[in-house]
Amino acid sequence: MKYIDSQKVKKRMGGRITRNTIAKGLFFFATLIGLFFLAALAYRILTQGIGNLDWEFLTGFTSYDPERAGILAGIVGSMWLMLVTGPVTVVLGVATAIYLEEYAKQGRLTRFIQINLQNLAGVPSIVFGLLGLTIFVYVLNIGEVVLAGGLTMALLVLPVIVVSSQEAIRSVPNSLRQASYAMGATKWQTIRRIVLPAAIPGILTGSILSLSRAIGETAPLLLVGASTAIFTLPSGIFDPYTAMPIQIYSWTQQPNPDFQAVASSGIIVILVFLLLMNSIAVIIRNKFSKRY
Amino acid sequence: MANKNNKNAVFSVENLNLWYGDDQALYDINMDITENEVTAIIGPSGCGKSTYLKTLNRMVELVPIVRTSGQIKYRGSNIFDKSYSVEELRTKVGMVFQQPNPFPKSIYENIVYGPKIHGIKDKETLDHIVEKSLKGAALWEEVKDRLHENAYGLSGGQQQRICIARCLAIEPDVILMDEPTSALDPISTLKVEELVQELKKEYSIVIVTHNMQQAARISDKTAFFLNGELVEYSDTNTLFSTPADKRTEDYITGRFG
Ligand SMILES: Nc1ncnc2c1ncn2[C@@H]1O[C@H](COP(=O)(O)OP(=O)(O)OP(=O)(O)O)[C@@H](O)[C@H]1O
Ligand SMILES: [Mg+2]
Repeated sequence: MKYIDSQKVKKRMGGRITRNTIAKGLFFFATLIGLFFLAALAYRILTQGIGNLDWEFLTGFTSYDPERAGILAGIVGSMWLMLVTGPVTVVLGVATAIYLEEYAKQGRLTRFIQINLQNLAGVPSIVFGLLGLTIFVYVLNIGEVVLAGGLTMALLVLPVIVVSSQEAIRSVPNSLRQASYAMGATKWQTIRRIVLPAAIPGILTGSILSLSRAIGETAPLLLVGASTAIFTLPSGIFDPYTAMPIQIYSWTQQPNPDFQAVASSGIIVILVFLLLMNSIAVIIRNKFSKRY
Repeated sequence: MANKNNKNAVFSVENLNLWYGDDQALYDINMDITENEVTAIIGPSGCGKSTYLKTLNRMVELVPIVRTSGQIKYRGSNIFDKSYSVEELRTKVGMVFQQPNPFPKSIYENIVYGPKIHGIKDKETLDHIVEKSLKGAALWEEVKDRLHENAYGLSGGQQQRICIARCLAIEPDVILMDEPTSALDPISTLKVEELVQELKKEYSIVIVTHNMQQAARISDKTAFFLNGELVEYSDTNTLFSTPADKRTEDYITGRFG
């Protein structure tokens, strides 16, 4: 006896197909809503900001005259921050991920660390700002300089980079590790020659994406004392600085309505930076897409 | 212990027990493995063949919950001794896995991986090792013009022979093979079987197989495992023609397993 009655199946087929079409329509509509607001946002920012966006804007300091205000200090400051945040988080993050994935015994302590990392990744950024203010500005007395801002950002990004690096390391098939161990390789040789090379595209992609999140952060930097108006570029990690989002934020606070257009131009610049970083991440991912 | 052909034992396994956590997987195994022979290990699924094989190069210890008791002497020294280095053991006792597992690197880099790990840097020496190992694995003619292409571009059978060549490159004394042909087509299987015959002149080989014809074709001695016990171990001809144990007979005549 057959359990599936082809007669009945045929009868129900029409309804099944209709429901499928409805589901597809609903999901498409949900997507459209998001796309609509994204498009509206992009339209508003572009129309408002593009007129003001010229070479002068990119190469000038901020000013009390909206016509002459520029974002150079923000761009350079953000780059300095990344110069501190990037290496610190990648080195610490990858080392932590390697320890947790390859060395740590699966026990209560490891599980505890693991859970807290995931929690940390979700902590509001202002909390990291407070932490940075306490540790770097007050206790270590570094001052309201690039280093303090960069390290605070590092605190913020570190948990995310650890988690994404762990995922990249975990996705390297165990059979490769076994092949290496079976030839008499030590753990470190296996990690350095097999695991890391295979995991690095994933690690880089994750790192760049988390750093690009840091580029847009405002709150923690305000707390650790990024300047809002600055007329010299930092020339080292112990100099005062500003950053793109800080600069934009300060423009939105100006009473003169013409500054809204300046802020929009700033947002365009920051979006270009984000797009650039994300494209680099995508290119890395596609170029080294794994084949096992 | 020297047998009638005056060949030495490479491994002497004495009273070996092994547990995964609380589950015992091997019971009191005693077994000598003779040099320059092919030793086949057969038995139904889950009887402990792979576990036993992986104990011989201590790969089984990668499973954290594993405990062992008893001794395995490799060329006279107990490999479970505190002072015995696993890395050294594994350069002497190479392994080929069930699924081909080449590294996502070029053919050349796959072969030189072991030698490089063990400190060989000289380009000429490495080139020489690559040629010798690939010839040893009967693969040289097929791949000599594409040594720098990714090993993932090869067929499954070729990949498995890359893994064999990679194993030969560390110049082992013993080669352990865990169902090396189960993922291969009949022609690739035949090639690997011929290779095993060739290799035993220089190496001692222990091979796990599900395929009794294969065991009968290529091995000198056969061990039959059942539920973690070594039921019978003798010359392959004897074991297949006049098995001493009823359970062996049932298994090889296909009555269970
Ligand atoms: N990592 C592990 N953790 C716990 N138990 C395991 C592990 N690996 C194997 N076992 C158990 O040990 C016993 C022997 O397994 P093993 O893999 O050695 O069998 P096998 O003879 O190789 O089987 P097959 O022919 O299917 O490969 C089985 O009961 C299995 O469940
Ligand atoms: Mg097995």
